[in-house]
Amino acid sequence: MSTVFVDKVKKAVESNDLDGKVKNSVYKTNQLNLWYGDNHALKNIDLDIIENEVTSIIGPSGCGKSTYIKTLNRMIELVPGVKTSGEINYRGRNIFDKDYGVEELRTKVGMVFQKPNPFPKSIYENVAYGPKIHGIRDKKILNEIVEKSLRGAAIWDEVKDRLNQNAYGLSGGQQQRLCIARCLAIEPDVILMDEPTSALDPISTLKVEELVQELKENYSIIIVTHNMQQAARISDKTAFFLNGEVVEFDVTDKIFSNPKDKRTEDYITGRFG
Amino acid sequence: MPVREKFEAGLKELQEKLTELGEFSIQALQRSLAALETQNIEMALEIIDDDAKADRLYEEINDFAILLIAKQAPVAIDLRRIIVGIKIATDIERIADFAVNIAKATIRIGNQDLVKPMVHVKRMLEITNEMLRLSLNAYNEEDTRLARKIAEMDDEVDDLNKQAFMELFEISKNKPEYLHQISQLTFVCRYLERAADHTTNIAENIFYLVKGRQYDW
Repeated sequence: MSTVFVDKVKKAVESNDLDGKVKNSVYKTNQLNLWYGDNHALKNIDLDIIENEVTSIIGPSGCGKSTYIKTLNRMIELVPGVKTSGEINYRGRNIFDKDYGVEELRTKVGMVFQKPNPFPKSIYENVAYGPKIHGIRDKKILNEIVEKSLRGAAIWDEVKDRLNQNAYGLSGGQQQRLCIARCLAIEPDVILMDEPTSALDPISTLKVEELVQELKENYSIIIVTHNMQQAARISDKTAFFLNGEVVEFDVTDKIFSNPKDKRTEDYITGRFG
Repeated sequence: MPVREKFEAGLKELQEKLTELGEFSIQALQRSLAALETQNIEMALEIIDDDAKADRLYEEINDFAILLIAKQAPVAIDLRRIIVGIKIATDIERIADFAVNIAKATIRIGNQDLVKPMVHVKRMLEITNEMLRLSLNAYNEEDTRLARKIAEMDDEVDDLNKQAFMELFEISKNKPEYLHQISQLTFVCRYLERAADHTTNIAENIFYLVKGRQYDW
């Protein structure tokens, strides 16, 4: 066996990727701690999020999973009294660095929320809004972005004939995919999803899940979900949070078939408490 | 406080159904040997008829397990408990079939005097039934120590089968008129040896249930 091959295999094993392609980390969290006033909400979090993968974050209410995901785009800073220590390196740079502009971060890191939150504007304007803010005025380019984003969010065929209608006329599932399209329009690197299907019916949920699978080809996705079957279905890695700590972080297949930690097993098998 | 009370009750019911099927198979093997020893054709026919009950129980276990998966969406060890339950049911049902095979051999032998006392066969039956009992306990208790013991006992059954075969082979040289009976008795030994192998499968599956990894002895 050649040493090159052996090195490649070693590297693949180290980066937890055995299909031969060495993937990079998009986020490296080192010893992250976060307090809401006196409440120690995140404790010594170390997580390595790999690019072009879907990473699920699961855990009971109040375990810190939403706090963590909101820290990744520094949305958490909007909450008064929040204090952090440790590092979150996004593509090798600590997002807490003083000279790191939050706008710069958020153009790279899009977010989709629990409840679809389209703007009270037309479908077209919802998607074109971000690119316009970034200075794109050319109608032809905007048209292209809108179509590409709506196609990317698997909703183009459903809305292409009514782009000028108000987004509020869409169903909940369509609105959520529109929000995903709006997120794609600024060409992010990472998409954060905070319980993106919890307000959707089962069919819309499956559509969003399928979409997530397609999107990971081009984006890195981090999804907070209460639906454990969803985490099992769509994610490559799963992190189990409990009381502000990461109890277990591993390949999803392992977490849902044979988790290492008893607490993870108790949670996923529904025996918590 | 159990959080998934209904699911826990379902798992318990699955265990009970498997134990029922297991007890049925143990009894069927026991009766099949009694029929052979006493050359009781009527009893042998009953054993063949009764096997429908094992088939019914087996189907019931499968339907029950599938519903449990569909309704409760189990994962990790819970899923293994049910999948292993289905696999064990297949092994136990197969053991019940061996009792039918032994009963058929009894009918084929008819009332010709037996060439030898059933010493090896009886011992093989005792061990096999003990293995089956232990395997049911091991499943219910999720006890890998018991499962390991079953694998060791299987070696003893294999040895007895070889000894019985050699003995029957020797007899066949001097008593060619008993060749038909001897071949049937060889089959009976083989059936018991296979039944013991199925309990070893159960033991392997219990290792999988507890450890989440495949084992092969």
